[in-house]
Amino acid sequence: MNFSVLTTQFWSLCIQGIALGFIYVLISLGYTMVYGVLRLINFANSEVVMVGTFATVVAQVAILKNPATSDPLHGTRLVLTLLFALLFSALACGLLGVLVELVAYRRLRALGTNRLASLISAIAVSIVLSEAVRIYTHSAPVTSPRLLEKWSFGEIAGANFRVDTVMIIVSGGIIFFALDRFVNKSRLGKAIRAVSMSEENSKLMGINLNRVVSLTFFIGGLTTGAAAFFYTTVYETTQFNVGFNLGLAAFTAAVLGGIGNLRGAFYGGLFLGVLEQFSSAILGSQWKSVTVFLVLVLVLLIKPSGIFGEAVQQTRT
Amino acid sequence: MLNIRDKGASIWEKWNRPQRVTFALVMIFFVALLPYAGEFPLTSFLNTPITSYQATLVYPVAMFVLMALGLNIVVGKSGLLDLGYVAFFAIGAYTMGILGTTTGLNTWEILPIGIALAMLSGLLLGLPALRLRGDYLAIVTLGFGEIVRIIALNLTQTGGPNGVVGIPNPPSIFGQNFALDDHAAYFWVIFVMIMLVIWMVRRFTVRRPGRAWEAIRQDEDVAALMGVNLLVYKLWSFSIGAAIGGAAGVIYASKVMFIAPDMFTFNVSVLILACVVFGGMGNMWGVILGASILAYLPERIRFISNSRQLVFGLVLLVIMNVRPDGLLPRKKREKIKQKEAK
Repeated sequence: MNFSVLTTQFWSLCIQGIALGFIYVLISLGYTMVYGVLRLINFANSEVVMVGTFATVVAQVAILKNPATSDPLHGTRLVLTLLFALLFSALACGLLGVLVELVAYRRLRALGTNRLASLISAIAVSIVLSEAVRIYTHSAPVTSPRLLEKWSFGEIAGANFRVDTVMIIVSGGIIFFALDRFVNKSRLGKAIRAVSMSEENSKLMGINLNRVVSLTFFIGGLTTGAAAFFYTTVYETTQFNVGFNLGLAAFTAAVLGGIGNLRGAFYGGLFLGVLEQFSSAILGSQWKSVTVFLVLVLVLLIKPSGIFGEAVQQTRT
Repeated sequence: MLNIRDKGASIWEKWNRPQRVTFALVMIFFVALLPYAGEFPLTSFLNTPITSYQATLVYPVAMFVLMALGLNIVVGKSGLLDLGYVAFFAIGAYTMGILGTTTGLNTWEILPIGIALAMLSGLLLGLPALRLRGDYLAIVTLGFGEIVRIIALNLTQTGGPNGVVGIPNPPSIFGQNFALDDHAAYFWVIFVMIMLVIWMVRRFTVRRPGRAWEAIRQDEDVAALMGVNLLVYKLWSFSIGAAIGGAAGVIYASKVMFIAPDMFTFNVSVLILACVVFGGMGNMWGVILGASILAYLPERIRFISNSRQLVFGLVLLVIMNVRPDGLLPRKKREKIKQKEAK
């Protein structure tokens, strides 16, 4: 128990928590979008994150001529490289998401079976993904080349604005804002919302259900891939089992905010990120998941549909 | 598709009591002989390469069958998705580990304590969690599983990451010794427990709790309208499932003599759930079949050692897509009704 950090590092913890929170927000969109449309936990999303971190490393290594010895990049070259890695990871995850839907969900959905069958088949896909990567990397952690020198913009009230923290917060915010606009304003977004209200009725209205579901998985994959890119840029290392904890935290964030609700995932993710930072500073990092789950249970007891409620009220199991 | 379940049920229903008893006794006899199946030429294909066949039969096969039957009460019978079943297994195992090394109690005396503690924790978790709807229950139970593991990892009383070492084996009963390599003896103990659970579940199914669970699984709102006390029966199902998990944990800890937090990861919960769904949710015989196959398969294909989990995942994926209701699904009659309702 170390409560003195509350006064000494309050703002610093806040800013780190928000940066971590944005990674959770982007991953939890992969859960919440799919849940909104299909009412299914997209269990394979945690492994999509893992694949995304490897995709980031692959993209970075491919673009650098001599990754082992290269110095951090500067100027336009840095921005372009980072952007390329971000797009590569996001696209790879988006396509992987579509593939996961095709392999794990489509047939079962057509048969109209119980939801647990889909859950197990998604679990099977995540076993396959993580095992394939484990065998390919020989269970060894993979380090990404250091592209970004982590200089600081300066301190405000003791909070250190490091360049990667600022990058995550700004670009995470932009991605979320763009997605929110897309779902709420565009034609395709309207189709997604329609399917999440009622599959039957949206079919009658001429919506191509399979295409909307694929699109949802694609978008969820895109944001998940972006999160994987940010994660790799900050921590600079990845392993075949990195997905589980990230996925679990992101799923918790989605539930906290009210699963199926985009803005809920946003606030849930940020809240969870800040909470994790504070609990690991106060109680020690080994207890952070315990605090997170206790908070989750408390929130669900007081308000069973999450802090911000679900997108659709009559969700039935 | 071939419906083994209905075929079997119709043959069973035609038999009179002596025929049924004879059949059951013959089956029990053959299952009890399973530890020696590796030695007969006819059944020697069952032998597992690299690992000992008899040890495999105890853990994971028999242990997974027992736990899958316990989880089947929660998931299959009453439709509550529990993703943290391993927690109860861990509570049983740690009860055995701590009490077995610090007090003079032996395994048979600790068994009821372990069961009681697992039930109690099931009740404590269930009281808040079972008021929640489907998917929220899943995440809360998942969290509970992780919390139990993290607590075991960080407390000094549980040995932290090193776990508990030197847990005593059970003392002999009926002249049967329980040394570390007496695999057959452990198999028989778990087999007796499995039979007790089967008997218990069969009795429950035809009585009030079974009917209440069935009603809750099909439609909670209707069940509540019909006067089923949702929380009470959900708690019953949850804590009975927990008790079975705890019992499995006590025997497991006493068998392997050493437990550590990494034995109780989320993967174990997922595997047991996979056993239930893969075999056929709600149908006990399907669950037993599914658990036997899923526990046995990775050991049998150990010769492709590095990629066996990959093959396991692929097999699981293909079978779930080909037979989404599991290998031996529950009665057809009800499924037709479900289709009509849609």
